[in-house]
Amino acid sequence: MSVAHSDSAGATPPATRGPSPQTSPAPARLSAEAGTRGAIRIDGLVKVYDPQGAAIKAVDGCSLDIDAGEIFMVVGPSGCGKTTLLNAIAGFHDITAGRITLDGEVLCSAERPKAAAGSDRVVVFQNGALFPWKTNLENVTFGPSVQRKLSKPDALAKARELMAEAGLAGVENNYPAEVSSGMRRRVEIVRALMNDPKVLLLDEPYRALDALTKSVMHEALLRIYYKNKVTIFFITHDLEEAIFLGHKVAIMTTRPCRPKSVVTVDIPHPRDHRVLTSRRFRELVQETRAAVHEEARKAFEAGEKEG
Amino acid sequence: MAIRSFLTGRVGTRATGAVPLVLRRAADWFKSPRPYLMFAGFGLLLGFWFLTVEVLKLPRFAEMPGLTVVVKEWLSRDPTYGLSIHTREYYTHIGTSVWRVAQAFTLATVLGVPLGLLLGWSKRFREYVFPLFEVLRPIPVLAWVPLAIVMFVRTESAVIFLAFLASFFATALNAMLGVESIDETYLRAAECLGANRAQVFRHVIVPGALPFIFTGLQISVGVSWFSLVAAEMVSGQYGLGYVINTSYSTVRYPTIIIGMITLGVVGYVTSAAVRVVGNSLMSWRVRELALRGPS
Repeated sequence: MSVAHSDSAGATPPATRGPSPQTSPAPARLSAEAGTRGAIRIDGLVKVYDPQGAAIKAVDGCSLDIDAGEIFMVVGPSGCGKTTLLNAIAGFHDITAGRITLDGEVLCSAERPKAAAGSDRVVVFQNGALFPWKTNLENVTFGPSVQRKLSKPDALAKARELMAEAGLAGVENNYPAEVSSGMRRRVEIVRALMNDPKVLLLDEPYRALDALTKSVMHEALLRIYYKNKVTIFFITHDLEEAIFLGHKVAIMTTRPCRPKSVVTVDIPHPRDHRVLTSRRFRELVQETRAAVHEEARKAFEAGEKEG
Repeated sequence: MAIRSFLTGRVGTRATGAVPLVLRRAADWFKSPRPYLMFAGFGLLLGFWFLTVEVLKLPRFAEMPGLTVVVKEWLSRDPTYGLSIHTREYYTHIGTSVWRVAQAFTLATVLGVPLGLLLGWSKRFREYVFPLFEVLRPIPVLAWVPLAIVMFVRTESAVIFLAFLASFFATALNAMLGVESIDETYLRAAECLGANRAQVFRHVIVPGALPFIFTGLQISVGVSWFSLVAAEMVSGQYGLGYVINTSYSTVRYPTIIIGMITLGVVGYVTSAAVRVVGNSLMSWRVRELALRGPS
């Protein structure tokens, strides 16, 4: 992360440079309720894999409160069960006990253990899931086009606008494989935003990126966030990433996964890379480092025992 | 989908520079060592043939027709054994075989691709059908010959059925593997973006399986020729397999070689055609592979 405050502007595409984006008003075509919706409440969530046999408790008694329109970061060592949490919210698999609600509506509970997957909670995947057989533009318009929510010209206009805002003008007709991995991530986030989701679920989206690209991507994500104010549920194992981006950071225990502590990051938004060298940022990293390290060590030792 | 983007999008930009591009490609090709290596490869084989049969006259090759004999016969206006590029019959045989392969291949594709996609996509369907499929698949085409003759009244249908059979299994199996090769996250992504089951099939399953499907079709067209010739040797009155078989029993050895070389050339052209169609339907794939550089 030490590279993050070096002159990273050179790696930023021209379209994303320029004046601070936080001053520009949210575009009118985005849902007016943006920022007031997307509150997730997780109550006593339990997820047991293979209930008859080995009964591995991936998540146990996990409760979290995510406010509408906030960036909520979930930090834990690899394999601690945090992706299980995300999959439960997204509706990719069922839960064993507990309850998840979105804006007061029950997504899943003991009675209905699997939430229906839907475009109000769009996932950005760890390894990226842009369809390689569709151009970037076709990928971005996929959501509205399959749901027939927007007419084709409207979808194209919205897609072009959002892509331009994310510094993706000029690559609309390229295939995902033809652009950089950083761009692919942004295309995927734009594809999600096209559906006006209540929540963006990000599963370690920057894991495969190099440190320099990563810091540029963080600013790009914040810029997109300041315009859209969508709730972001972001999973990572990178503590500095979590503190830089998040309003709140939940540090998770390793297997079973539950919050060890939830830290409120009192650094005001909008933030940019200068935050990384600020004193408060360093203090917060120091305060939380020990907790994260302890869990990582436990995960490592558990892995040694199993292996 | 792939077809749509092929028709509407980038093809226009590519076609405008087509002629100079072709010329440039040809020039590049001749500058590279590839054509010379290719000619050297052919030269080695033909040289070996010429030397062993006509120069050294090795005892083992005594019955073999020589290179010059075959070429003279092939190009002759008045061929000794009745078949050359100047006889109408030659083209009747080629035409008959190509037409049979075309029918068998089309049938195998039309039936095999959907079957394979369904096998890969629906677990339930797969449980019913796949075991049966796996028992039928290893039965060699030649073992089907008697049954085919009994089942079909017309010889023509029996021959086409035999040529169809092997390519059908190759096509279906590859389409199934193609569906299995699709990363689960694409399905999840489509689901979260609001696609229903039919849309997932159309936008994810079909294009995702396409690279495997076309690999399957290339294999399929090859085995279709393979089984066609076997079938034509057993029954039928025309076709290249028939030419080879009857020339053997009537001791017209140069004609056998003419039939074999013709099969090689025609087979190459058909599988190249399949490859060209495949590449044009999968421009995304071609570009992706091109980015990885020459291998």
